[in-house]
Amino acid sequence: MGQLLFKLFFAWLTGNAITTFARFITAVRAIWDGVEPVPMQRVYFANHTSNGDFILIWTVLPPNLRAQTRPVAGADYWLTSPLRTFIGRDVFNAVLIDRNSETRTDDPMQLILDGIDTGASLIIFPEGTRNMTDAPLLPFKSGIFNISKARPEVDLVPVWIDNLNDVMPKGKLVPIPLLCTVTFGAPIRAEAGESREDFLKRAEVALLNLAPKDKQPDDAEVAA
Amino acid sequence: MNGMHADFLTLLAGIIGLLIVASGVGYVLKQRIAPDGNNATIENLNARILAWWGMTAFLAVAFLAGRGGVILLFAFVSFAALREFVTLTDRRRADHWAIAAAFFVILPAQYALIWWEWYGMWSALIPVYAFLILPIIAVLQSDTEDFLMRISQMQWSLMICVFCASHVPALLFLDIPGFEGRNVLLIVFLIVVVQLSDVLQYTWGKLLGRHPVAPKLSPSKTWEGLIGGVASATLIGTALWWITPFTPLQAALMSLIITLAGFFGGLVMSAIKRDRGVKDWGHMIAGHGGFIDRLDSVVFSAPIFFHLTRYFWSMT
Repeated sequence: MGQLLFKLFFAWLTGNAITTFARFITAVRAIWDGVEPVPMQRVYFANHTSNGDFILIWTVLPPNLRAQTRPVAGADYWLTSPLRTFIGRDVFNAVLIDRNSETRTDDPMQLILDGIDTGASLIIFPEGTRNMTDAPLLPFKSGIFNISKARPEVDLVPVWIDNLNDVMPKGKLVPIPLLCTVTFGAPIRAEAGESREDFLKRAEVALLNLAPKDKQPDDAEVAA
Repeated sequence: MNGMHADFLTLLAGIIGLLIVASGVGYVLKQRIAPDGNNATIENLNARILAWWGMTAFLAVAFLAGRGGVILLFAFVSFAALREFVTLTDRRRADHWAIAAAFFVILPAQYALIWWEWYGMWSALIPVYAFLILPIIAVLQSDTEDFLMRISQMQWSLMICVFCASHVPALLFLDIPGFEGRNVLLIVFLIVVVQLSDVLQYTWGKLLGRHPVAPKLSPSKTWEGLIGGVASATLIGTALWWITPFTPLQAALMSLIITLAGFFGGLVMSAIKRDRGVKDWGHMIAGHGGFIDRLDSVVFSAPIFFHLTRYFWSMT
């Protein structure tokens, strides 16, 4: 009992240290553009350029929303050392899925739906992996479409994370301080009869529309 | 030391009185004209006044905490300003280590050198050593695209946000006969005069402004605002001669020089914002934009004020 309390306390402390550090480096600001920070069950889907992405979303969520929001993260990354396991499992309470289809024992979609069924909000990166290219987004995987089909009553909220990729590019150990923003957009849901392709395209456009103008590919394409 | 504290507290009381009046005026304006908050000018005015309360409290605590407090405060201000500036620069991946060194080596070193009062070194660290070392770190990454532009932007970020800003706490270490233990009042004088000049230029500009000084840069900076603001801030600076080592005439001249430097600093920083296509430097202070938006005039006047005071009054 005492040990459990200590662990909970330590996880809470670590979580606060991580978000304080994130604020120190990025002075991150939330922009609620089309959706309000109210305690509704949601699936936040965001662009993915850095390992710090879900930390930044977590940092800007009000504490009551943060408590009910769990990131979906790769078990193949987060369970590979005791420190990562502690941070992934105890601090962020992540829904850990194995991205390697050959070794995994659980169906990732089932784990995600189980998470939703406990009442939690989720943070998910539909590109599936970190975007290292110059393109603003990689093609979305089917996950968010399947989620919306299986749990049609849950809002999917697009979240654009800006600038974090420059703060800590892959392979660099020291971050450089730059201002970052996290923009939450109007929620979407898969509509009856909407094809997977159409929905994913719509989700990509909803997310891209939240990016600063100079990072959008070109107006005609986004408006389409 | 007691004399300094008494003068400082008198000034603080004066500033708080001013802020109470300003808050009252802001409240009445809002109630009379737009109680539902749909007048942008009044909302902006009230946000600025509220931020002023915060800044005054912050400065007062740092000053009462002594030289360590002042140095830490300005080191943090430099950090926040550099973060805003670098966010707007053109960077490439090859600059990562050079920029990290600017933040985590050069910036702390600059303030440590000021703490140690090593004038020869702190006045050379950035314009000599950093300006040579940072391009060397960057060039080792073998990326020459836009090299001169990237390096220039990196160097100017450091110049404005760290080198110029660090002249404010450096005022603590001037050795002025008959002014011992009261140096913090030089900082108060500089900040109060330059910031009031900003506020008064804004106020005069809103009341009478017709003819813009630099229409391409900033439509809100007018000749009426400039002349009214500089003249009234100079008068206030003159009236504050008793907290400085200056005679009233010298205080007037100093005020005139630093308010003009502050005005042109604001103009230069506006040009940079125009070039980068942004309205504000950042989003840290409600109603003011970022740290640099509030600091632009101080960073340009601080080195001039420091050197004039050092040359004509200081023994060091």
